[in-house]
Amino acid sequence: MARIVVVTSGKGGVGKTTTSASFSAGLAMRGHKTVVIDFDVGLRNLDLIMGCERRVVYDFVNVIQGEATLNQALIRDKQLENLYILPASQTRDKDALTREGVEKVLTDLAAMDFEYIVCDSPAGIETGAVMASYFADDALVVTNPEVSSVRDSDRILGILSAKSRRAEQGDEPIKEHLLLTRYNPKRVADGEMLSLSDIEDILRIRLIGVIPESETVLQASNQGIPAIHIRDSDVAQAYQDVVARYLGEEKPLRFVDYEKPGLLKRLFGGK
Amino acid sequence: MSFLDFLRGHKKTSASIAKDRLQLILINERGSGRNAPDFLPQMQKELIAVISKYVQISPDDIKVNLDRQDSLEVLEVKIEMPQPEARN
Repeated sequence: MARIVVVTSGKGGVGKTTTSASFSAGLAMRGHKTVVIDFDVGLRNLDLIMGCERRVVYDFVNVIQGEATLNQALIRDKQLENLYILPASQTRDKDALTREGVEKVLTDLAAMDFEYIVCDSPAGIETGAVMASYFADDALVVTNPEVSSVRDSDRILGILSAKSRRAEQGDEPIKEHLLLTRYNPKRVADGEMLSLSDIEDILRIRLIGVIPESETVLQASNQGIPAIHIRDSDVAQAYQDVVARYLGEEKPLRFVDYEKPGLLKRLFGGK
Repeated sequence: MSFLDFLRGHKKTSASIAKDRLQLILINERGSGRNAPDFLPQMQKELIAVISKYVQISPDDIKVNLDRQDSLEVLEVKIEMPQPEARN
């Protein structure tokens, strides 16, 4: 059975696509056949972050409307042979994503032996975002340590618990994971930024990882390489930890404590 | 925190102000947002329809409310019945 994971946040610009790219690449690096779908119809960007923008021929909406087969639309990642990308359409209107159409694509992907289907949600709470999360089994709620992002994440949690297939069918609810991104331990230490425990207190969902604010993310997107591939960077290691925790491993949090540069102390051992 | 702030005594950091503001606003919004009882208005309509089959009431006679305290949720349905007409 394929596991469907939505990467969502409500607010834009917090790191959903960066996370979708690195998380799906991380799953593939661990040997799992994975596909990542861009649900941002009209504002396609995952292809750029994954570095496959010049290989897009058909897209998600073409598949839904029967103009292309999944095999024609799926793009194999240039570095990982068990990772595929299903790009969003650039031009169609958002109503092209119908619930039945999305469901069929997800079912067909599961039949192609994909173990993980990662859905990169658009910002906002419109059709694209609702469709990206509707069929999810798990959710990565990407949040910045900043008031508007935390508030929007809270709204999204409300939607996940009310307007998903699992909620409507009375199944076990979507497993919600908090992923803090753009975290700056120095500013937290200085009292200028909400701390991870503040945000955990407020949102009350399980923390799956903290990605530090880093120049690496821009360097990665400049080149079209998921940040998890940027060797020896804190961001890559933090994303690898997220993937490991998602797969059930215990990993202590890293990059959350402010020390003199170079001395990254491990905090909160175990949890 | 600057030395001046230190002399003035412990000033609230902007992060703790952010936390307080968020907690306040989210308590309010969750009442109608997160885990939202979207179904309340619909349920109220349906209750009115069912009860109207047997008793004459006006839509204003039914009040549906959901209260939440920690892990306890109380669904309160208040129906004002019309005064029964005296028989015989």
